[in-house]
Amino acid sequence: MEDHKSAIDYNDKVISIKGLKKSFGDYHVLRGIDLDLYKKENLVVLGRSGTGKSVLIKIISGLLKADEGQVDVLGTDVTSITPRDLMELRRRIGFSFQNSALYDSMTVRKNLEFPLVRNQKNLRRKEIDEMVERVLEAVGLKQTINQMPSELSGGQRKRIGIARTLILRPEIMLYDEPTAGLDPITSMEINNLINRVQERFNTSSIIITHDLTCAKATGDRVAMLLDGQFQRQGTFDEVFASNDERVKQFYDYNFIN
Amino acid sequence: MDTQNSTSEPEAKSGPTLLSRIRDFFIDVFDVFSFIGRFFKEAFAPPYELRELIKQTWEVGVRSLLLITVTGFIVGLIFTKQSRPSLVQFGATSWIPSLVSIAIMRALAPLVTALISAGRVGSSIGAEIGSMRVTEQIDAMEVSGTHPFKYLVCVRTLATTISLPILAIYNGLIAMLGGYLNVAVNEGTSFSTYIQQFFQPLSFIDFEASIIKSIVFGFTIGIVGSYKGWNSSSGTAGVGKAANSAVVTAMFLVFIEEVIIVQMTGWFR
Repeated sequence: MEDHKSAIDYNDKVISIKGLKKSFGDYHVLRGIDLDLYKKENLVVLGRSGTGKSVLIKIISGLLKADEGQVDVLGTDVTSITPRDLMELRRRIGFSFQNSALYDSMTVRKNLEFPLVRNQKNLRRKEIDEMVERVLEAVGLKQTINQMPSELSGGQRKRIGIARTLILRPEIMLYDEPTAGLDPITSMEINNLINRVQERFNTSSIIITHDLTCAKATGDRVAMLLDGQFQRQGTFDEVFASNDERVKQFYDYNFIN
Repeated sequence: MDTQNSTSEPEAKSGPTLLSRIRDFFIDVFDVFSFIGRFFKEAFAPPYELRELIKQTWEVGVRSLLLITVTGFIVGLIFTKQSRPSLVQFGATSWIPSLVSIAIMRALAPLVTALISAGRVGSSIGAEIGSMRVTEQIDAMEVSGTHPFKYLVCVRTLATTISLPILAIYNGLIAMLGGYLNVAVNEGTSFSTYIQQFFQPLSFIDFEASIIKSIVFGFTIGIVGSYKGWNSSSGTAGVGKAANSAVVTAMFLVFIEEVIIVQMTGWFR
């Protein structure tokens, strides 16, 4: 992790969020948050369920609209972006969904080809096959190429979901609860994969989780979302050195030392 | 959260007011028209999903074929059988083929085909898109820079719009055969005479109206199924509700459209 930290470019912000607010009816989920993500950094956003972690990355990817604030992603403010520019921007962002969101009517191959053939029209069959095989090899699931999503285990589905986002060579990866619902060994495999993806594809990542093992294994920096705001930011140890009762409680209830 | 509880509590006790219901109704109407508007904006603009359109048209058409064949034959047979006693009283059994052709080609074939398709295809579109919505597959398409609305909604709506007229004509022809079975058994009429008598009362406007009607029905079934699925609420219950609502709404609209189109066709006859 220390070696990797030296590769982070702290002069190059790929995401810069200022004063972001989001409410659903009277429920204020995000209450003016500020956040920066640096090039080649893995940032973990921690928090309890329902604290707006997933809302944050859905705003970054343009799936939800912010109520207030500025969200600069790769130099473009997504709060005032045109639909056409948003489509372009999304090609540079990978989004790994909590439940993988694989297209269940398509084989693994078709799942991986789907974004590729729609974004790069001039590719030949051989090039498509090579790219599909390359990402499958990166997630270690070459043998599943002709299987249907329903034939895969939870961990395999997560990895295929990550492979599908990698096929467009994104600059930013957004992981929504990557280890949710997985056993500890599979979770660790996913954590290792997140780190491998960062090293191999030079991505910057935001990892949304409430799993402290995942946070410790993948995060260069951890940001703790409490009551709609980031209360603590820093390394894993710095964040949990806090005397804040809510942070302590989160640690005590979730982490097995 | 406390604020939310305190404000929502009085409304929860008294239920939605008349004003809020009227407001919600107009919001829904606006949403539907926006959805239809988006369809016309995106369906005919590149990139085109031709391969998927062919696949979906094939699915809608071929998979409905057996059901359309069976129902068409039964409708023709039963309609002829039930009409016979009245015509026998007037000694007008030779009018049976004409009566059957007018009833089937003008009304029954497009209507029966639409109702069957609303049940079979409309529900499946609602359920499929609804389940893709709740499992975030549509979001996954959006974030990968693709056009899920075009791929899912436009393609399926175009597929039903193309398939319905073909299925309705096929249904009408099969119903004609069903009618012939009854006529042949009772009167021993030859097939060529039956065909001649069947098509004699029909004019070009009858075929034209039936085809236009089927196009409208097909569009309705596709767009309603897609709309319900696209806007389905989360959870498996939401998917079931979307599928069910797609069928009920499409069938209701098909009957309304039938009345309007029949009325309008009368002006040109």
